[in-house]
Amino acid sequence: MTIEITPREPSSSPTTLSFRSPMNLDQRLLKLAYNLPLPLFLSVLLGFLAGICLVLQAYTLSKIIYIVFLLHGSLQDVYPLLGGFLGIALLRATFTWTSDVTAQHLASHIKADLRHRLLDHILSLGPSFIRQERTGEMVSILFEAVEALDAYFSQYLPKLALAALIPTSFLFFIFPLDLTTAVVLAFTAPLIPFFMILIGSATSTLTQRQWRVLSRLSAQFLDTLQGLTTLKIFGRSREQVKFIAEMSETFRQSTMNILRVAFLSALVLEMVATISTAIVAVEIGLRLLYGRMSFDHALFALLLAPEFYLPLRSLGARFHMGAAGVTAAKRIFDILETEEPIYKAVQHPMLSKIPRITFHKVHYQYEDRGVAAVQDVSFCLHPGNKLAFVGPSGSGKSTIADLLLGFIRPSQGTVFVDDLPLDSIDPSFWRSFVTFVPQKPYLFDGTILENIRLARPKASPSEVQQAAELAQADPFIRDLPNGYDTQIGERGQRLSGGQVQRIALARAFLKDAPIVILDEATANLDPENEFLIQEAVSQLIKNRSTLLIAHRLGTVIDADQIMVMHEGRMLEAGTHTELMDQKGLYARMMAAYQGSTSQTSLETSGLIGENV
Amino acid sequence: MRTIFGRLLKLNLIYWQWMSLSVLLGAATIGSSLGLMSTSAYIIAMAALQPSIADLQLAIVGVRFFGISRGVFRYLERLLSHQTTFRLLARIRIRFYEGLEPLAPAHLLDFQSGDILARIISDIETLQQFFLRVLAPPLIAAIISILAGLFIARYHLPLAWLLISGLFLAGVLIPGLIRSLSRGMGQRLIQTRAKLQATLTETLQGAADLLALNADHAQLKRVNEINRTFLLLQRQTGRFQALGDALSGWVIHLTIAAVLIIALPIVSNGGLSGVDLTVITLAIIASFEAVLPLSEAFQNLETTLAAGRRLFEVIDAEPTVKDPLKPLPRPETFELQSEALSFQYEETGPLAIADLSFHLPEGGCLAIVGPSGAGKSSLVNLLLRFWDPSGGRILLGGQDLRDYSASDLRSWMAVLSQNTQIFNGTIKENLLLARPEASEEQLIEAARRAQVHDFIMNLPETYETWVGEGGVLLSGGERQRLALARVLLKDTPILILDEPSANLDPLTEQAFFDSLCEIIEQRTTLLISHRLVAMDLADQILVLHHGRLIEQGDHISLLKAGGFYRRMWDLQMQAEVVERIPNLNFNRNSCFKLS
Repeated sequence: MTIEITPREPSSSPTTLSFRSPMNLDQRLLKLAYNLPLPLFLSVLLGFLAGICLVLQAYTLSKIIYIVFLLHGSLQDVYPLLGGFLGIALLRATFTWTSDVTAQHLASHIKADLRHRLLDHILSLGPSFIRQERTGEMVSILFEAVEALDAYFSQYLPKLALAALIPTSFLFFIFPLDLTTAVVLAFTAPLIPFFMILIGSATSTLTQRQWRVLSRLSAQFLDTLQGLTTLKIFGRSREQVKFIAEMSETFRQSTMNILRVAFLSALVLEMVATISTAIVAVEIGLRLLYGRMSFDHALFALLLAPEFYLPLRSLGARFHMGAAGVTAAKRIFDILETEEPIYKAVQHPMLSKIPRITFHKVHYQYEDRGVAAVQDVSFCLHPGNKLAFVGPSGSGKSTIADLLLGFIRPSQGTVFVDDLPLDSIDPSFWRSFVTFVPQKPYLFDGTILENIRLARPKASPSEVQQAAELAQADPFIRDLPNGYDTQIGERGQRLSGGQVQRIALARAFLKDAPIVILDEATANLDPENEFLIQEAVSQLIKNRSTLLIAHRLGTVIDADQIMVMHEGRMLEAGTHTELMDQKGLYARMMAAYQGSTSQTSLETSGLIGENV
Repeated sequence: MRTIFGRLLKLNLIYWQWMSLSVLLGAATIGSSLGLMSTSAYIIAMAALQPSIADLQLAIVGVRFFGISRGVFRYLERLLSHQTTFRLLARIRIRFYEGLEPLAPAHLLDFQSGDILARIISDIETLQQFFLRVLAPPLIAAIISILAGLFIARYHLPLAWLLISGLFLAGVLIPGLIRSLSRGMGQRLIQTRAKLQATLTETLQGAADLLALNADHAQLKRVNEINRTFLLLQRQTGRFQALGDALSGWVIHLTIAAVLIIALPIVSNGGLSGVDLTVITLAIIASFEAVLPLSEAFQNLETTLAAGRRLFEVIDAEPTVKDPLKPLPRPETFELQSEALSFQYEETGPLAIADLSFHLPEGGCLAIVGPSGAGKSSLVNLLLRFWDPSGGRILLGGQDLRDYSASDLRSWMAVLSQNTQIFNGTIKENLLLARPEASEEQLIEAARRAQVHDFIMNLPETYETWVGEGGVLLSGGERQRLALARVLLKDTPILILDEPSANLDPLTEQAFFDSLCEIIEQRTTLLISHRLVAMDLADQILVLHHGRLIEQGDHISLLKAGGFYRRMWDLQMQAEVVERIPNLNFNRNSCFKLS
């Protein structure tokens, strides 16, 4: 937004220099179509047959007019031809329809398969991959990019084949009847794809720039709308109208400069087709005049001439679908070709009731970051123990949870479960042993009941309620207008952070797995909720192994072992007493905490002096 | 006309001259085809009778003319229609903005997420299609139908009626019938589409939970089912549409056959010549080009109407707050007071603020703290008169807030919040927003006091540096300081700090509050926070919980009291020492008041 627009060049993005097929044929997309050869073949064949029908119609029509006009035949004489004309027309309509439907079928199947594969792949790439990308961007790939392939398969690809087949076959019919016309058509036809590609490639950079301008304009408008409250507070909201007008005007001017060139392609396409038709008309007219040609052949040629260019023009009108399809394919295959970091292990080994977990010299480095997130971490979580990780955010605590859940694999070192490497166990089998209570649990569209039941789809309502009771969630759920059947996110039914946390705990109780990974919430400062959550947690971790990712000191004190993390490394490890004796970082944190709330801080604030 | 269509039409008609011209050019394009085919037919039919070449000269010129003119007309039509469309787009944007502005932010609450705003913007872009793909095609089709009808009527009137019926059938009746038959399907398609998108989003956002709960396969199956339903509906509607297209195509041939059946006997008894017959037939074939795009126009009509409906719904709302007829002038003092204040966003909704009374003398500093959802932000909304209280009242200088005009009120208040928008522009532009007439010196002075001047001077283009969308090129701390400079530039008697240090790292937060100390001294200040930071700045702290006042006092006395505030403090400290100890010496609340 703001006072004046200062147009800036968007940072010059490296334009893709890679070879791009001028006809938008992407190998990977073609392979998808080859996997369903029948529908594609059928669609093209039916479309081709519709084209042949057209030739037959032109033929019967020219015959009818010829008979009546020059042979002075009557209506009765041409009845059979007229019947044939209508019959062929019906046939042609049927072919066109079935061809379209078959192509839609093809596109639909490809999209169904692709969307499924994409989502499956993204899920197996795991949350750490998803976190790297923007969710909105990925949803747009899953939805819009896949949809963009619809037009590619249902329209562009069949039209491309037909643009080659139909004009060629027309030539076969025209050649024997009228060589000159055939030559005119045969020589002008290639001009259309030629100019299409020529102008297409010349304008494609221009078009791209136009898109950038448009998206910048939209972004600026969005910026203004989002900041409307701020503008209003500054009393500047009304005058933005002028700015929006200026912005739009600049956009119009720059876009029109581009379109003036881009529309030339339309001009050329029209010109080639109409001028050739005009040439054919004059050329056959003159030969008719000198009696060198029969009228029915001439009319036949004239009827076919515009139809000859139609498939090429209709391809031209769909050229952008092809380009959009190839662009979409790139986005889709970029994800599909990202390798899965997790082995597809299938083992379902016998594990102990509460498996022992050992990290042995584990390193992990995110691809896009220089520093390792976790370095040389070793520890053992014995059955029934509580192991707490403490350290500032970014110290690697969450990475340990991701490793243990099998969302990522160590770059070096090994995670053992009992004595088996975690890599060798089927991830979903392993996850049935682990409960994860994340920092910000996600609630899905549906009722509270359904959300808790995600942990065990077969659980009965009373089991769900029991879990909610243990998680201290039952009272507030009952207070909701529809109790357990309340839809999440219904108007005014937003749950507080602490309530969401308790629903996640209810899931954990319901899942009833022997190992609990608990990522403490940081943003929840509501003492009331905090108390209830601590109650529920202490219930949950009874008789289970617990890995606690702690963000506050109060919850770690009673842990069997406390690991102090800093910048991906384990600085200290031991029980509370041991660590206090070490007088390291942990002891300093404790001291600072106590200092902040107890005598020292109150003293410095002057409280003690004031009171005593 | 209050229908969506009528309102869209009205919005469009501003450019009726351009539109008419563009429609005429569109008609001329198809008219050229009509001319090309009929003159061509005339040439070969005449030539078959072998007259002298001179008789054909004019027609030959005609054929050449039409051969060229079609392309030229099309080019001009495209240019003009797009020019008009872009002008319209600007018009719609402005109209929408003008409608939205008085409603902000009360009615924007539901649109806070960028997604919905983005959808509004794409709706506006959809509306540009209204002329290009909804209004223009039927107009062009009508012109061509009349032209072709008149042309044929010169030969034989019933043939003209036949043609018009054929055009109507292919262009209006069949597509219209298909649309109305598949409307229910279309509705379900749109719903399923939205559901699919929502489910895809939640699957990605909740991926960690799904995988950890081992619910990923179940969810994948669910998505698959919705996807299949969506594609099935899509295929069904597609099949219907393709049927319509095929039928319309068939109608062309039906019309030709009907024309022949009527015309042939007339030719036989000499009423029409063979040349006429040839010309009529080819003209009829060419005229159908005008009606074939109509089936698409039907589809576009629905999408543009839907987009229009959504936009009008937004801007038709009544403003939440109305200015008094005679607003009060600037008050003598800027003391703030509330009496038994209560507020709920919706009549049936829960109370966001319940029975809150406080007094903030001029020049004082009042802090309002509490967990999220305690009602703090609602209070800010009431102070800025974005909403009015449901019960009780707020007094400024002893007078009810509702007796001032909202824009005057806002000119006396500066707000520094975590939501303060930094706009896509230069630093200078962003600062000038607060006071357009500010001099260079004033800008620098404000930046200096917000401790951001040195930072700005180190930027490549100093005050002319571009900050990017939402200020993305700045860090959280820099953005917040820039916002502070803006607030200082506005220089108002009342200062509202709404979670001013959210998103700042500990070191920056410290420095930020240090720079605030002096500024707070000179103003009536309201400090709103869910974290207990810089609480010693406040003369008085109110602790809110579920909209109610549960404790009050100053920092020390509240800590001493050992109640809710104290527990909040303990929890926060437990968390903060973990974050901070490794990085800096623990040193909070060290704001030394300068006096």
